[in-house]
Amino acid sequence: MAATEHELRLRDTRSAQPQLDPRMLAVRPGDPANAIELRNVSRTYDTSKAGLNEASFAVRRGEFVFLVGQTGSGKSTLMRLLIKELEPDSGSILVAGRDIGELRRKQIPFYRRNLGVVFQDFKLLPNRTVHDNVAYALQVTGMGRREIRSKVPDILRLTGLATKLHHYPDQLSGGEQQRVAIARAFVNHPPLLLADEPTGNLDPETSIGIMQLLYRINRTGTTVLVATHDADMVDRMRRRVIELERGRIIRDELAGRYAPSDVSTAEFGALLSEPAPAPQRAPDPADDFDQAFVD
Amino acid sequence: MRLGFCIREALRSLRRNAVPSFAALASVLVTLLVLGVFIPIVQATTGAANDVRGKVLVNVYLQDDATPADVTRVRAALVADPQVRSVEFVSKEAALRRESEQNPDAYKLLGGTNPLPDTLRVTPKNPDNVLALVTKLAPTQGDGGVTGADPAIESVRSSKDDTEKILTATKVVKYTTGLLALLLIVASILLISNTVRLSVFARRREVQVMKLVGATDGFIRWPFVLEGILLGAMGATLAVLLLGVIKVALIDPLVSDFALLAAPQTIGFGMLVGVLFLAGVVVSACGSALSLRRFLNV
Ligand SMILES: Nc1ncnc2c1ncn2[C@@H]1O[C@H](COP(=O)(O)OP(=O)(O)O)[C@@H](O)[C@H]1O
Ligand SMILES: [Mg+2]
Repeated sequence: MAATEHELRLRDTRSAQPQLDPRMLAVRPGDPANAIELRNVSRTYDTSKAGLNEASFAVRRGEFVFLVGQTGSGKSTLMRLLIKELEPDSGSILVAGRDIGELRRKQIPFYRRNLGVVFQDFKLLPNRTVHDNVAYALQVTGMGRREIRSKVPDILRLTGLATKLHHYPDQLSGGEQQRVAIARAFVNHPPLLLADEPTGNLDPETSIGIMQLLYRINRTGTTVLVATHDADMVDRMRRRVIELERGRIIRDELAGRYAPSDVSTAEFGALLSEPAPAPQRAPDPADDFDQAFVD
Repeated sequence: MRLGFCIREALRSLRRNAVPSFAALASVLVTLLVLGVFIPIVQATTGAANDVRGKVLVNVYLQDDATPADVTRVRAALVADPQVRSVEFVSKEAALRRESEQNPDAYKLLGGTNPLPDTLRVTPKNPDNVLALVTKLAPTQGDGGVTGADPAIESVRSSKDDTEKILTATKVVKYTTGLLALLLIVASILLISNTVRLSVFARRREVQVMKLVGATDGFIRWPFVLEGILLGAMGATLAVLLLGVIKVALIDPLVSDFALLAAPQTIGFGMLVGVLFLAGVVVSACGSALSLRRFLNV
């Protein structure tokens, strides 16, 4: 699947309209139109009371969602649960309508290939060049060398790294490293991209570029969940905001701000009058979440 | 294709992790070198000890008037004994000839007489049983006297004190060298596997990242194991080359001077090299695979 330039062409983030119809938020059992669905998910660590406490929410395919909250509020815990680095103590997590608690250990790598993951600390492989870091995400899927050699430079060009192919991570700035991480996360065109404080280590200018990149990825139909501290960014982009506090969801707002705010009746009316958006992501042969569940 | 990938990955990682790789290689090299020198020493020592033990004999002296029939009968009885390895007959005449060659002056004084009896020299199967064998052939009677198990046996002797000393000394030598060899092998395995474990530990974050992008355990493991194999093989090759140099430069010129070095029981050089090489490769490959297991459980 070729992610062409025009697909990814950046739109002005401030004029982008909220793309979610609140009527679609009603939780239906195992709805495959939900990219993510949490049902009363709790997870505690030995040392502290709550990593996550009875969290329930659903994210539609194609949405762009911010996860906000203070340090220690449980954002990373939620991300790690979605990656299946952690198991919930109770509750269930559905991705693309399937309960990921049912995945057996052997299936987890195949599940993860359908996720793009981006972290505050980049998590690049230090012994590989930019090109090889991105290529690794394709190699794990068993893709042939020739195909990899044609795909990797494309995706690196899209993320603005065309000239850095043969640099090692420690020869790059933080912003560049994060672009490599995003390229690696997106090179498989995953249906779901998770970013845990992707701009946490970056200065504001660099952060804008990274967030634009994530937004462009979202425009291709990928569902994007971003945990962040960056109030400016959240306020500028006006996407859906889910706020956590001590492991509990205390706010879930469409077109929200970093800080809680009441949606005015007028704004809400405007939202409702908008036509329901077309499905953001057409069924896609590359979307093989379901294959992770095949024995 | 898959093997090609593993090889490329292993080589990349050797190149990019030069320091831990070198540490693992050095530990393989050093331990194999020590083992390679020590194993032949242990073998030569035990070989020499066994030689000495093999010289422990029981002399069965026959009555002066023993007939050839007596000799045959006693000999047959000895050969049938399960504790006896071999029996050699030394006739009066042969004994005299041998003794007078060694001690011509003393035997000249005897003139034509021959005081030596017919003798059966018995080599026991196990030198440790020598004393039991002696008592069996010449049991002590109730009155403290000793009578032969066969009327034709005059007396039975093994130089008791010497025998006991030889047996204890060689036993101590054998067990000490054996224990040292065992300790050395255990130490080598621990050293190699610990070094490998450290170099894997240094890369646990890398393993975590690989898992996050959807690599299966096998996809991560096999390049690591191959890397271990390559490291073990390189360390072993160097060790073997050095051992070869030591052999050619130091041991071979001395072989003619020192019987110990030429002891026939010593392992062949080719065999030694093969064993060391295999041990180096297997230990470091298993070390890699086992250390990795902990980090794969993410
Ligand atoms: N590995 C861990 N062991 C014990 N407690 C942890 C661990 N990881 C997180 N926690 C605790 O769980 C809570 C939520 O942490 P986290 O999800 O990392 O928050 P956030 O990412 O929002 O800063 C915090 O109180 C934190 O101390
Ligand atoms: Mg966090």
